[in-house]
Amino acid sequence: MNKLGENLVDIGYMDTLAAGDSPLHRLDPRAKIFTTFLFLVAVVSFNKYEVSALVPFFLYPVFLIFAGELPAGYLAGKILVVAPFAILVGIFNPVLDRQILFHIGSLGISGGWISFLSILMRFVLTVSAALALLSITGINSICEALARSGVPRPFVVQLLFLNRYIFSLTGESERMSRARSLRSCSHKAMNFGIFTQIAGHLLLRTFDRAERVYQAMLCRGFDGHIRVVRYSRIGRREIAFMLVWAVLFVVFRFVNISLILGQTVTGLLK
Amino acid sequence: MHMADALLSPAVGGAMWVVSGGLVAYSAKKVREEADDRKIPLMGVLGAFIFAAQMINFTIPGTGSSGHMGGGMILAILLGPYASFLVLASVLTVQALFFADGGLLALGCNIINMGFFTSFVAYPLIYKKIMGCGHDKKRLLLAATVAGVVGLQFGAFGVVLETVSSGISELPFKAFVLLMLPIHLAIGLVEGLVTSGVVSFVMAARPEILTAAAERTPLGVSVKSAVLGIAAAAVLIGVALSWFASANPDGLEWAMLRTYGKEELETKGKVHDLLASLQKKTAFLPDYDFKKVGTDPEAGTNTGEVKVEAAPVRKAAWPAVDVGTSVAGLVGGSLTLVMALLAGFGLKRRKVAS
Amino acid sequence: MSHHIVEAEKLHYSYPDGTVALADISFRITHGESVALVGENGAGKSTLLQHFTGCLLPSEGILKVGGLTVDKENLAAVRRAVGMVFQNPDDQLFMPTVFEDVAFGLLNLGIHEAELEGKVMGALETVGAAHLKGRPPYRLSQGEKRAAAIAGVLAMSPDILVMDEPTSSLDPMSRRRLINLLKTFQHTKIIATHDLDFAMELCERTIVIHKGCVTADGPTGEIFSDDELLKRSSLEKPHLFYNS
Repeated sequence: MNKLGENLVDIGYMDTLAAGDSPLHRLDPRAKIFTTFLFLVAVVSFNKYEVSALVPFFLYPVFLIFAGELPAGYLAGKILVVAPFAILVGIFNPVLDRQILFHIGSLGISGGWISFLSILMRFVLTVSAALALLSITGINSICEALARSGVPRPFVVQLLFLNRYIFSLTGESERMSRARSLRSCSHKAMNFGIFTQIAGHLLLRTFDRAERVYQAMLCRGFDGHIRVVRYSRIGRREIAFMLVWAVLFVVFRFVNISLILGQTVTGLLK
Repeated sequence: MHMADALLSPAVGGAMWVVSGGLVAYSAKKVREEADDRKIPLMGVLGAFIFAAQMINFTIPGTGSSGHMGGGMILAILLGPYASFLVLASVLTVQALFFADGGLLALGCNIINMGFFTSFVAYPLIYKKIMGCGHDKKRLLLAATVAGVVGLQFGAFGVVLETVSSGISELPFKAFVLLMLPIHLAIGLVEGLVTSGVVSFVMAARPEILTAAAERTPLGVSVKSAVLGIAAAAVLIGVALSWFASANPDGLEWAMLRTYGKEELETKGKVHDLLASLQKKTAFLPDYDFKKVGTDPEAGTNTGEVKVEAAPVRKAAWPAVDVGTSVAGLVGGSLTLVMALLAGFGLKRRKVAS
Repeated sequence: MSHHIVEAEKLHYSYPDGTVALADISFRITHGESVALVGENGAGKSTLLQHFTGCLLPSEGILKVGGLTVDKENLAAVRRAVGMVFQNPDDQLFMPTVFEDVAFGLLNLGIHEAELEGKVMGALETVGAAHLKGRPPYRLSQGEKRAAAIAGVLAMSPDILVMDEPTSSLDPMSRRRLINLLKTFQHTKIIATHDLDFAMELCERTIVIHKGCVTADGPTGEIFSDDELLKRSSLEKPHLFYNS
């Protein structure tokens, strides 16, 4: 099983998290999605050398994680797993941008290192907020929110079905490749020819399954439209949640709280 | 080759969101018009199939290493461009949500890079053209391989353009292209082999699936005009958004430099004064970007062609950075972080206590 | 009441590739009967079941469900009358949560809000699965999945229940629970099964299908005491038969 296989275990776990019952879980998903997008836009809108002003933004994911009673260590692990691409591209910054911006003691810090640090911080902020959003909302509620925000129905239904059958089909593919490895002596990855056979079989089974699901839908009066049950609504708590965070994001965006705080502290020390 | 939020500017991410959102809406409309109810569950489980098949590692022929398939072209062949685009978009959405592959802002980019180029460029304009209506296996191999390679080359090029025009990474355009395209040439070849292998398996076992797929995906002029329209829309929206972003005191100083040009900066107009004062308030390193950008006249306003090659920088262009400010930033930043964490813990403690 | 009657007359069905699945099927099942459909793998049971819901239409012959001929025009009414429980609950539970799955058919019938909630919960309580309402189907045990699938069908209050291998992959306890549950239903029941003990216990009547034809149709006890017939149809005597 590769990285993706291991990741699938996570889907189940994150579903469990999303089934939690904190006040955050109970908020209308639209409020959470909207607020998270404001957050993302605010974070990525900083210039590439920005570091200190990004720090206050950690309040949002941290809030989601603790108020949503999410396992912080687990989410941190997931963030590390997806870090390589951002690191890979970001690491060129110190190499290419060697302009020394300032010195700490005798150590010269180049613009490249600053922007690399900024990339890493953006990365942690955006990924942690997205993961926390999913863990306190759940894919089904996200779909409900999408449907009610005007996202085209075929796409929402596609997401729902995809999510529903990921487990059934990955289970099947896992069993097939296990059966293959039990009958082969090497532990290596399977050869290419066998892979196309297995994938082909899996594809045919997928078609058969689609046909059975379709019949089951017909049997219960399916007429081409999937109707989604509506649970939540935007109330005072949702509006308060969105407003408070929106104001905070604007403040964080235009006032460098870290810097002011730091100046005050260093000023006091002097 | 998922784009990441961390490397994106809001203008580029936003433009790609708008374009890919429009494409999703358009494809959804087209799929609805086809009025094939059967497709609803089929698309869903085929999306799950992509995940399932990606889980299996195989040895890449001719090398010792192993990899896994992508599957976009298989979807296009089985479902036609519109449905396969929706399925790919949904797969990328799930990856962004569950695995944080890419990110939410980068989702638009990823849908364009991996969904659009496969479903609307490589499949109709290359695969279909080579393949015709026949069921010839050699042709299939050729069509799938060429389409796989072209699709991935476009996708990789998309990643480069988006990254470079966002201006967060320092990677110069040329070097990034030289890095990405060869890698994706190899990946595209393997993907082509997988596609033709799996499709010819289906061809042998259940040819009616492919015939049905070919029949229910009428491809007319509309795809070509859609492709052109989308390309034009992407450029327009990109230009508009970057102009908007640069006209706003939004920390996107580089874009401002490009838009207003060097002379105007030196005249220090009102706009610039405002920007500078705002920027002093917001930036860790004040005036960081007032480096000389060189004098190339072709520096356009189009985000698509901004180059981030480290322009020759004169030391004098850098104002002396106040070390005190930097230290203050470091101290303050750490303190803020600690406070954020403490607030979180406080919340948790209160919860446990209650 | 004619609503509950299922009548087949010389049904014949061959698949597009020419394979003959049903050669000659005739029977009449009346109100409230519980009928077991038995026969070896590939005998044509599943093909026959698909006819009851109009997912397949007969190549020749007539099938009437609740007084309606099963054809293209009557599909909606036929599917309203027949509740079909599929062999693999994963094919049937396609919605994201158990509640939504049970609600799926009701929403298609135009039932909303409070009435919807009441009917969904009523069906879930009947099968003892009310506590599962918020769970996603892929995280249920086989027994729970089966119960949820039945609830989804019951909620639409069909006159006739059609089930395909309801006891397959159930552990003994879940199987027992299912039997007890089905015993309480007043519907006309048609159950395709390999579980002959289950048929013995639940169905007063059994139809034996062999190579697409009805080879026997009568009281379950009589069918299972005919050694010659059982042998011919690749079946064997249920254990219950010896004990009773």
